[in-house]
Amino acid sequence: MTMNSLPVADAPRRMPLVPALETLRAWRTDQIVVTAMNAAREWLKFPEHPLDLIYLPSAMGQPTSLGLGLALAQPAREVIVTIGDGSLLLNLGALVTIAAVRPLNLTLLMLDNGVYEVTGSQTTAAAQIGADFCGLARAAGFTSVAHFAELSAWQAGLAAAMKLPGPRFLRLVLEPITEHPHLPVPPPIVPRLARFQRALGVAVE
Amino acid sequence: MFSGPQVVDTLAELGITHVVWLPDSAIGPWEHALETAPRLRLIRVCREAEAWGIAAGLYLGGMRPLVLIQATGFFEGSDAMRNFLHDLKLPIFALVGYRSYLIPDSTDSVKRFTEPVLAAWGLDYVLLKQPADWFRFVEHYRRCQSERKPGVALLAEGQG
Repeated sequence: MTMNSLPVADAPRRMPLVPALETLRAWRTDQIVVTAMNAAREWLKFPEHPLDLIYLPSAMGQPTSLGLGLALAQPAREVIVTIGDGSLLLNLGALVTIAAVRPLNLTLLMLDNGVYEVTGSQTTAAAQIGADFCGLARAAGFTSVAHFAELSAWQAGLAAAMKLPGPRFLRLVLEPITEHPHLPVPPPIVPRLARFQRALGVAVE
Repeated sequence: MFSGPQVVDTLAELGITHVVWLPDSAIGPWEHALETAPRLRLIRVCREAEAWGIAAGLYLGGMRPLVLIQATGFFEGSDAMRNFLHDLKLPIFALVGYRSYLIPDSTDSVKRFTEPVLAAWGLDYVLLKQPADWFRFVEHYRRCQSERKPGVALLAEGQG
């Protein structure tokens, strides 16, 4: 355990995606939550919150950067960004950028299932070698890093993890899903973004 | 072609709040002026695709960012640019270093591809070839913002 870090699980275990997200949803109050890809697919099924940013359609690896910009623009609000392992791998430098900027109100919630789920669960290079994502985050400069492999631990530890100094890197070890539903076609994003901006109090031109 | 203090003064006049950048050798000398400007925040990225995402988040959160990168980085970050400017329709503006434009006999493919690529992406751009062209950046930025559309100013460079 390092300073500002929570204990690492002893054995490799995995939790299912939906209850992991339901746990976040139940805890969440007035935080901005950015979701993309599979997390967005499930988040869309929850009752809408004004500070949800369902980032669909998205660009490869960009939820982290989008969240960083939001955190800088809205320093009084907490920003939680869900990011898949494949997506994080596409934009690993963002860890260094975030650590350099050091937004105290930003949390990266890494949803690590070891596969590119939306394309049919092909193995990532990181999963092939067991890359240490928490170690990567620490090496990039994150000091608040935590890892949850069991749903019960995530349910018990979420609130404490969110009290660690930001920016935070929280890794959830997830079961890959066995079916491969397509990403939904979301409602048009431009009006959704306008609603989101109004919820932030930003004047929409 | 332009000095850091000149650039900073203009960005302040335009109300730019954040510069999200990955420099080349022509815009790199602006670093000190950008970093010490009282009403600007300089955000350093590791790769240019990040710049579009950060700028998008800043814009959605009520800020006025400028992406400041080189043409090679524009090529690298095109998927992010495509998404934020075309899918999300955010009026993000970029000042892009145009490597090798000022070298008449250059065989640098950046010189060959930059403008066709911008045109292919449907981006409205202006070219700043000489110091007297700086006003074109200001005019183009203001016009793009008033029309709520993205835009690019290409800054002609030598070696870049």
